[in-house]
Amino acid sequence: MKKKLVIIGNGMAGMRALEELLKIAPDEYIVTVFGAEPHVNYNRIMLSPVLAGEQKFDDIIINDQAWYESNDITLFTGEKTVTINRLNKTVVSDNDRIIPYDSLWIATGSDPFIIPVPGKDLDGVVTFRDIKDVNEMILASKTYQNAVVIGGGLLGLEAAYGLKRNGMNVTVIHLADTLMERQLDEAAGYLLKSDLENRDIAILTDANTKEIIGKDRVEAVKLADGREIPADLVVMAVGIRPSTTLAKDAGIDCNRGVIVNDHLQTSDPNIFAIGECAEHRGEVYGLVSPLYEMGRALAGFMAGYNSRYKGSVTSTKLKVTGVELFSAGDFSGGEGTEDIVLRDARRGIYKRLVIKDDRIIGAVLYGDVEDGPWYFQLLKDKDKIDDIRDHLIFGQSLSMGNTAVDPMAAVTALPLEAEICGCNGICKGTIISTITDKGLTSLDEVRAHTKASASCGSCTNLVEQVMALTLGNDYEAEAATAMCGCTDHTHADVRHLIQLNSLKEIPAVMQGLQWKTPNGCSKCRPALNYYLIAAWPGDYKDDYQSRYINERVHANIQKDGTYSVIPRMWGGLTTPNELRAIADVADKFDIPTVKVTGGQRIDLLGIEKQDLPGVWADLNAAGMVSGHAYGKSLRTVKTCVGQEWCRFGTQMSMSMGVALEKMAWGSWTPHKFKMAVSGCPRNCAEATIKDFGVVAVDSGWELHVGGNGGMVVRACDLLCKVETDEEVMEYAAAFMQLYREEGHYLERTAPWVERVGLGSIKDRIVDDKKNRKKLVKRFHISQKGNQDDPWADRVENNVHAHEFKPLAEVG
Amino acid sequence: MTQNWIEIGQLEDIPYLGSRVVKTGGTDIAIFKTATGAIFALEDKCPHKGGPLSQGIVHGKSVSCPLHNWNISLENGEVLGPDSGCSHVIPTQIIGDKVFLAFPVLSKATGTDG
Repeated sequence: MKKKLVIIGNGMAGMRALEELLKIAPDEYIVTVFGAEPHVNYNRIMLSPVLAGEQKFDDIIINDQAWYESNDITLFTGEKTVTINRLNKTVVSDNDRIIPYDSLWIATGSDPFIIPVPGKDLDGVVTFRDIKDVNEMILASKTYQNAVVIGGGLLGLEAAYGLKRNGMNVTVIHLADTLMERQLDEAAGYLLKSDLENRDIAILTDANTKEIIGKDRVEAVKLADGREIPADLVVMAVGIRPSTTLAKDAGIDCNRGVIVNDHLQTSDPNIFAIGECAEHRGEVYGLVSPLYEMGRALAGFMAGYNSRYKGSVTSTKLKVTGVELFSAGDFSGGEGTEDIVLRDARRGIYKRLVIKDDRIIGAVLYGDVEDGPWYFQLLKDKDKIDDIRDHLIFGQSLSMGNTAVDPMAAVTALPLEAEICGCNGICKGTIISTITDKGLTSLDEVRAHTKASASCGSCTNLVEQVMALTLGNDYEAEAATAMCGCTDHTHADVRHLIQLNSLKEIPAVMQGLQWKTPNGCSKCRPALNYYLIAAWPGDYKDDYQSRYINERVHANIQKDGTYSVIPRMWGGLTTPNELRAIADVADKFDIPTVKVTGGQRIDLLGIEKQDLPGVWADLNAAGMVSGHAYGKSLRTVKTCVGQEWCRFGTQMSMSMGVALEKMAWGSWTPHKFKMAVSGCPRNCAEATIKDFGVVAVDSGWELHVGGNGGMVVRACDLLCKVETDEEVMEYAAAFMQLYREEGHYLERTAPWVERVGLGSIKDRIVDDKKNRKKLVKRFHISQKGNQDDPWADRVENNVHAHEFKPLAEVG
Repeated sequence: MTQNWIEIGQLEDIPYLGSRVVKTGGTDIAIFKTATGAIFALEDKCPHKGGPLSQGIVHGKSVSCPLHNWNISLENGEVLGPDSGCSHVIPTQIIGDKVFLAFPVLSKATGTDG
């Protein structure tokens, strides 16, 4: 007869253990699950990306209703278990439901710790534990301005980042003097603090919350030193407490958590505890990978094996997009320990390995975490490192003698037991054997079958590399997303093959790469046209009919079929003569709307198509050229008035902006490209949300890249600091050229930077001077044919005149 | 219905994979030429939000509207893909190198609301 298993808690620990159990003993138990939350099982560690708007709730559901049904699991959601009756082996829910058990799992997780200060129960004080909290925060961000997060640990910082992404002013209050002091040392904590401050998140360390002030809703947070921080929303993220009440009430031994042995068994042999609520060998875990290790041990034991859980060594990553940090083990220092440290202030990199008895016992990485998994493996395996000590800090590829830069080398060198996905505890060997056994070809399939990279996703790149390793050449073609329905090739493939096979015309590309349609579609033709322009400057003849209408007529089509025209205003500067000419044009052609744009120039809206050549002719006559406001190309270079006028200005931002615009205008790019130059760190030109932003400081210029406004705002990453104006021009050209050569069509620099990684861009632009010079050279070569004003071409040379005249008029 | 064939221009006046506009008293007509030289005519109005199809990118026997990238069949004016709707087709005729359109046949676009 089947035995009855009841699980209290529908969270990650319980359900993961259940999945493991169903895998090895699918028919032994009749399973009932109680969940206090009114949902199916979801991935709690992904709440941060949901708050940040990077994922939706549906994306983080682990097991949907159908999974429970198809496995014959009875699920009671929104139903709290109130009593465990050990005498007659039943549990009772708050709906008075009584369910008998043979085995009982307590997987109640933990509760957020609420600091006992006055005002903690006010409206607007929330915790960050479940989807309800996330929804409340998102809702608050729509009405309110100021958020205070109490607690600068992993959870608090992820909350702060998410709220910032929702547009709130965010202050983090942290009791200790270092952020994430349990995972980071002081140096890394400092780097993290400045990174977050650069993202406009205020950080107060050494700050002790004394009181939360407000009548009905919270109004401010008062610190012990008397400071008051205005707050419409307070997030308590100071820590979690194992949820043990149920077990305690039932007389089960508890300390901080519910005490379990290596089989996850409590003091009652029929009752087990797993996850954050459990205490094993004196340790309570709040991270996800131990839960999974416990799950495997518990499932094995329940299936009749002697499997044991022996505790976990954990590592930490922070889910804040663009912040890379990794920490593992013990880095408190102390007797007999030695440090190996590498710092590169310019690139914001800090690495510290703590060594004891020739073995790594702790690692803190900031800014470059690529070797995190390798160090972690050495740490867990307690491998002796004295042989490779000289090179250890420079990472795996150098230490293992692979000096050639092969992106696959690192993964190839990993042993089969190396853990690739820390969240789910999946090692390289498991991924490889699952791919081979099940014939998997796509990342989604690998995620579905192994769970590798299915949780926080930060190891996606590694998983893909393991796939590439396993599948060889089959991988990319089958697994990556095709450019459009006309081809199976990816954007990257197409770009590569154009170069490799010297394909120099759209029909040649379509023929050579086996296009499935006769002449492509509105997605691939403009992309191919751009790739060919970028690949063969000077050689390739632009294909007019493969351009979107705006680029064909050098104006922006409006909803009523009329057009808008924007003349270039270099660095946002104009003259009385230009303004007079614009006014005259507006009068002459009856232009209904004249508007100042966000890019510091003037937009003439509502122009009939046949009037375009006339409008251009008049603007040309006054010395103005096309502003390319319609193009996948350089748009504007926004500037503040800078040292030329401003009393705070430290550099000449206007003339720098004009110089940049004169250099880069007319160049075609994968998507639009915007620049800005601010004359001091007050950054009035908003340069840190541009594709390439320049901010003056006393000693020179800071160069920022990969930012944009728009639907998902992304602040720039700091590329580097330079001293001279010439260097600004050089880096701008190099960065633009690298993007021109690598970006996928319609991919802004923001996703491009995230795709290839800031580190790889720094490597090739900042660190590799030779490569930078080469990029600059290629940029200027491609610019040679680009700086003829397209308007003048139309006006003087009558190019494509048919475009602006009807074929016939009838009726 | 009687049809009036009216000459509107030469074949070579219309660019390959491109379009020209014929002005009428009412809705404009867009004349398209495919890569193979086939000529089609539709009223110059996308069934979605009325975008001028003549300004779109021509590929195969379809055109992508410049406003929201709906794809319209040049052969029957039907919206292709997941959306639905229809732009009116105007019969064309080629005699020698001259292009003729059938008039008067204009009626309203029969698109459903997108």
